Amino acid sequence: MKNVLNRVVPEGFTPFQGANALITSKQHKKLDPIVSTNTSKAVDSISRLFDLIPIKDSMTLSFHHHLRNGDHVLNMVIAEIKKRGLKNMVLAPTAIFPVHEPLVELIKNGQVTSIVTNYINGPVADTISIGHLSDMLIMDTHGGRPRAIESGELIIDVAFIATPTSDSMGNGNGIEGISACGTLGYTMSDLLYAKHRVVITDHLVDHVKKVDIDGKYVDYVIQVDRIGDPSGIVSGTTKPTRDPIQLKIARDTIKLIDELGFIKNGMSFQTGAGGTSLAVALDLKHKMMERNIKGSFASGGITGFLVDMLESHLFENLYDVQCFDLDAVKSYQNNPKHIAMSASTYGNPMDDPIVNKLDVVILGATEIDLDFNVNVTTDSSGYLIGGSGGHSDTAFGAKLTIITTNLTKSRTSMVKDHVTTITTPGESVDCLVTERGIVINPRRTDLLQQLKHSKLNIVTMTDLYQKAISMTGIPKPIKLSERAVGVVRYRDGSIIDTIFQVGGKTS
Amino acid sequence: MRRSLLFIPANTPAMMQNADVFEADAVIFDLEDAVQMTEKDAAVDLFTQFLNQFKLNNIEIVVRINGLDTPFGESDLNRIVSDQIDTIMLPKATVQSTALCEGLIRKIEKRKKMQKQIHIIPIIERAVSVIESYEIASFERVDGLLLGAEDLATDLEVERTEQGFEILFARSMVIMAAKANGIDAIDTPYTSTTNLKGLEMDSVLAKSLGMNAKSCIHPNQIDTVNHVFSPSLDAIRHAKRILEAESEATKSHLGAFSVDGKMIDKPIIERARKVIEKAKLWKIE
Repeated sequence: MKNVLNRVVPEGFTPFQGANALITSKQHKKLDPIVSTNTSKAVDSISRLFDLIPIKDSMTLSFHHHLRNGDHVLNMVIAEIKKRGLKNMVLAPTAIFPVHEPLVELIKNGQVTSIVTNYINGPVADTISIGHLSDMLIMDTHGGRPRAIESGELIIDVAFIATPTSDSMGNGNGIEGISACGTLGYTMSDLLYAKHRVVITDHLVDHVKKVDIDGKYVDYVIQVDRIGDPSGIVSGTTKPTRDPIQLKIARDTIKLIDELGFIKNGMSFQTGAGGTSLAVALDLKHKMMERNIKGSFASGGITGFLVDMLESHLFENLYDVQCFDLDAVKSYQNNPKHIAMSASTYGNPMDDPIVNKLDVVILGATEIDLDFNVNVTTDSSGYLIGGSGGHSDTAFGAKLTIITTNLTKSRTSMVKDHVTTITTPGESVDCLVTERGIVINPRRTDLLQQLKHSKLNIVTMTDLYQKAISMTGIPKPIKLSERAVGVVRYRDGSIIDTIFQVGGKTS
Repeated sequence: MRRSLLFIPANTPAMMQNADVFEADAVIFDLEDAVQMTEKDAAVDLFTQFLNQFKLNNIEIVVRINGLDTPFGESDLNRIVSDQIDTIMLPKATVQSTALCEGLIRKIEKRKKMQKQIHIIPIIERAVSVIESYEIASFERVDGLLLGAEDLATDLEVERTEQGFEILFARSMVIMAAKANGIDAIDTPYTSTTNLKGLEMDSVLAKSLGMNAKSCIHPNQIDTVNHVFSPSLDAIRHAKRILEAESEATKSHLGAFSVDGKMIDKPIIERARKVIEKAKLWKIE
């Protein structure tokens, strides 16, 4: 079966029919949050918890990724799965990082057979790419995951909620303690709707100052030595790039946003934590200060950079689903205008999420094709290297979605005739900015009209593609196996693309 | 007419392939200081391959050869001069070396049956070059002089400073020599690649003295340099009003006319024409 983008969809899944097709037609089935009836919540150890619930074969266990590459919690739980010889477990972490390498063994020996996540890289990603996961990998979006949980499509048996500070009743937050990571937006649906909710903390206190994890939904509290390694918790890149090509891309991006009239009072804005994104934010900051402009909000993952813009009164509020650095953590702790949001509030397509109120979002791409489809899930060889996160959610919601990327990287063109894997559909992408020109999606005739007399270097996607292959040559097509190892689930629950095994079949 | 000239080492493929994306008016592929002695022949090989395979768009291609007083200079010219480049940049120029360079280029053009006439930008970076700058600027193929302040400071045995008093005389000499011959006066690069404020101040100073372009050693300097050496929107608007008033005055057979209460004479009209010419060339409105 194929979807509307002509991509293969495995049997049993709903094919993607267009970015808005199911969102407008689907009835939003929302479960009721489950209030805990437990009065004595303290549990000695993870092992004891496995007996208490009890955790058995084929159960679905969930985790959040606010501790990022410093996370210890997922590894502690899978160590117990390994010890007990449990089989066919389904894991639903919001993201998987290199730190989760111990999972590789459990995938290979069949103890973990299915994974639902929004982002994956490192050894676990490589293991799945070459076909070791016996069932499907499902790649959700940050907004699609809470939709799946709240609608009962993704049923979580036990949610393990790494919580940097908690009291004995499970009231907790992410801003105090040695493993402070800031807001805890990605875990909120798990907290409300999982059958069993377990807070795991390394900082048990009598009283929690700011409650983000509401204890009334928590069934168990476990104290451990460490839930994470602080050096891996903060994101790697939180400084604007100094690379001249990326700086040019950032400058042209701001010129484009400006020419399209988006730099004005009340503007809302989102960008990532990468070097180019921060350079765009820096240029935006200068423009806003120069013209005394005050925006309404910036959202998404929050960096110290956006905190600085909030403190300079350039934005009214920050809506924060995840803190990328310690400045953001501190700001969330102290500034009432820095507001936490759940992943559902951020991107759940069945509600009216924050992403729908965005004016401008700046996103990256591993590949983009002649139809503007974007891949941030696999590399050009088919290996898993990421995932949507909030990519498709914000691209859908924002009035202006701009992809920024170098035209070529490591002697490979970023513009393809067809992307290896579609993460975000071309219909949600408005502009591409590269060092060799800006492309406007022909669907956006309004933008093209506005830019009719622009001095910006506006080119077509075909121009860019031709320029790129004149520099790099036409790459030999990659050969992927016919075996599907996973699917990319669009935010509405339909399948936008299938991820195929790299190399031959495994024995 | 140039505003910005970007130096790029001629042995760095990643930088070379992006030479035309930064909006410099010219790119200077450097075979001299940027290339180690042991890598000279490899750099020329790489650069000639690059020219054969890669087309740069809408940018003047300048090549800084090794000095003609070194074993590499003449060989550089023989291998590099072709229809694929526009200009040779001659280090440590003197009247003698500029004459030699012009003669060699002429012979190579003839031998290779070239369509193009290659220009020369001599670098004024020795005390003797400063003294000879007028004569150097008057060679037929010379269409710009570049001040090389770092080497000059060594020759003068002075320290370079942020204020640049030590090069004031040399700057002025280069400007006078260039302008007297109707060619570009190109300022020495600003050596900090991170201090954009300092770059702007240095560029404004150079422009106020009469420089019309500046060389850049990092792509991040180009925007600032282009901005400073381009006519401002106010200047363009004012120039347009002067030329409109001139046109009206001609129609009305008026010999003298004024704009904003100021008398406009021939030099002001010439300057206004120059401003409009630059605005058109660099597509500034």
